[in-house]
Amino acid sequence: MSEKRATREALGETLVELANEGVDVVAVDADLSGSTTTAKLAKAYPDRFFNVGIAEQNMIGTAAGLAVEGKVPFTGSFAVFATGRAYDQVRNTVCYSNLGVKLAPTHAGITVGPDGGSHQMLEDIALMRVLPGMRVLVPADYVAAKAAIRLAAVTPGPFYIRLGRAGVPVIYGDDYAFELGRARVLREGVHVTLAACGVMVEQALAAAEALALEGVNAEVLDVSTIKPFPAEQIAASARKTGAVVACEEHSVIGGLGSAVAEALGELAPVPLARVGVRDVFGTSGEPAELMAHFGLTADDIANAARELLKRKK
Amino acid sequence: MTDAAQVAAIEARAARMRYEIVEMIAEAGSGHPGGSLSAADIVASLYFGVMKHDPLRPDWEERDRFVLSKGHAGPVLYAALAEAGYFGHDNLKTLRKLGSILQGHPDSNKCAGIEVSTGSLGQGLAIANGMALALRMDANPARVFCLLGDGEMQEGEVWEAAMFAAHHKLDNVMAIVDHNGLQIDGACDSVMCLGGVAEKLDAFGWEVREVGGHDVEDLLKALTEPPMTEGVPVAVVAYTIKGKGVSFMEGDAGWHGKAPDAEQTTLALAQLAEALEGGAR
Ligand SMILES: Cc1ncc(C[n+]2csc(CCOP(=O)(O)OP(=O)(O)O)c2C)c(N)n1
Ligand SMILES: [Mg+2]
Repeated sequence: MSEKRATREALGETLVELANEGVDVVAVDADLSGSTTTAKLAKAYPDRFFNVGIAEQNMIGTAAGLAVEGKVPFTGSFAVFATGRAYDQVRNTVCYSNLGVKLAPTHAGITVGPDGGSHQMLEDIALMRVLPGMRVLVPADYVAAKAAIRLAAVTPGPFYIRLGRAGVPVIYGDDYAFELGRARVLREGVHVTLAACGVMVEQALAAAEALALEGVNAEVLDVSTIKPFPAEQIAASARKTGAVVACEEHSVIGGLGSAVAEALGELAPVPLARVGVRDVFGTSGEPAELMAHFGLTADDIANAARELLKRKK
Repeated sequence: MTDAAQVAAIEARAARMRYEIVEMIAEAGSGHPGGSLSAADIVASLYFGVMKHDPLRPDWEERDRFVLSKGHAGPVLYAALAEAGYFGHDNLKTLRKLGSILQGHPDSNKCAGIEVSTGSLGQGLAIANGMALALRMDANPARVFCLLGDGEMQEGEVWEAAMFAAHHKLDNVMAIVDHNGLQIDGACDSVMCLGGVAEKLDAFGWEVREVGGHDVEDLLKALTEPPMTEGVPVAVVAYTIKGKGVSFMEGDAGWHGKAPDAEQTTLALAQLAEALEGGAR
């Protein structure tokens, strides 16, 4: 079993590296710097860290001002508050002015665990994806998270980088580079496409292993860039395999599954199944329990693929 | 109205609640002990000395309402609700577990006695105001008590709501600030200086009562006396100690949001058990 690290751990570490390299990064957080790991930047570069207190709207507004003046601000807090509480600030100040604010909140999805539904953000991809100019990245592991943060730091304009609390296996090597708008083929296959993002990439890979034992050859895509979306790439895979399962730790409404449906509908209509949280809020429990409870495990993906194969022409 | 026997009875309730707070968070393996313990005397005073309520009729129209704006302190509310008889004490063991009525943050759809779900800080006072407005429209004499954290006062919505309550003369709403001086990243005044919560609320048009938040007698007085001027909402700023009752948690921001391990739990429960016995003075 490979080493497990949470994607959030990449935030503070990468910001320190970037500052070391002379990139003009700053972090603005809202009383969660330990959890988001921006405290690492605060420790190494106290002048590059600003705590606004528990005031997420002000966090986004302050970051916007820093961006106006040419700094590269990353914001912290939890996904639920950074996107939900501060939505108007993200829309009307950051995106409408096309400012280089890099939202990198942590604790997205149900793998937050016992804190429960109030803290398990399942709608953030949907909220961020509809904003003109926003780039939405969902890294699958620690290495991809670091690469996403680096990419955002050197690319002008707004970014949303979705980071998680729970440890996930490190699947990429140090040579990994994030490609905006490109999915990564982790496994080639011909019978069904499993398009996954974030913590679901691990599950999709395991599902592909299980399906392989039955002679089903699944193609696994890590769709870490939800926007810009690799629509043509997904369509090409769908044309080859004839069926797609979208897998996300997010509501099935508005997230990766929706983006895949849009792409397939326009470019390559094939049977589609969406594995994700089915229009309900989260609940308290341990991450692994919740993955099973909400039907987000490798088994659930494999089952969805088996059902889909029956519908395939 | 506040006699010594009543005060002692409430102190005993608060002591039991503290014991249960630590016990349930330890059992859950996660949760927020610091801000639950700091609020125990306030919440015990409300539930057992101030509020009109009936555990057998959680929907009783004339009940006084409680909004836990600082929702992460759910365990203090759960302990009070169990003490009052809204549900069995055995439920406390299920805190934060899959299928529990006691979610990581209070969920009004899962647990009787919880008026509204909270957990996203800064929103409770606006909700309480709305409830108070509706009660006034319906000529319902019930009151609404809203408990906020001091760090929580950094949220802008709190001050929008503070302005609103004074403007609309909502003297049936009461804001109580658990002023323990700490939040997650450290002391409130180092994270984002609050600069005089009492003075600020006063400037927003509230009648402010400052009180020791672990002195039940004073709390009862502050929480029950009618406003000095009709139509002026009352805020009780209660000075408390975060982690109150557990020596190694007191005044340490590190105990905001983590569960004690087995050894720490034994030590904490021993201290709280001692307080329980001493409480029946
Ligand atoms: C909108 C929002 N932002 C951030 C958090 C994360 N959070 C939970 S508790 C807390 C600190 C609260 O401090 P305070 O209000 O002083 O509470 P207390 O000391 O009474 O525990 C924070 C930042 C949250 N729950 N809601
Ligand atoms: Mg506090």
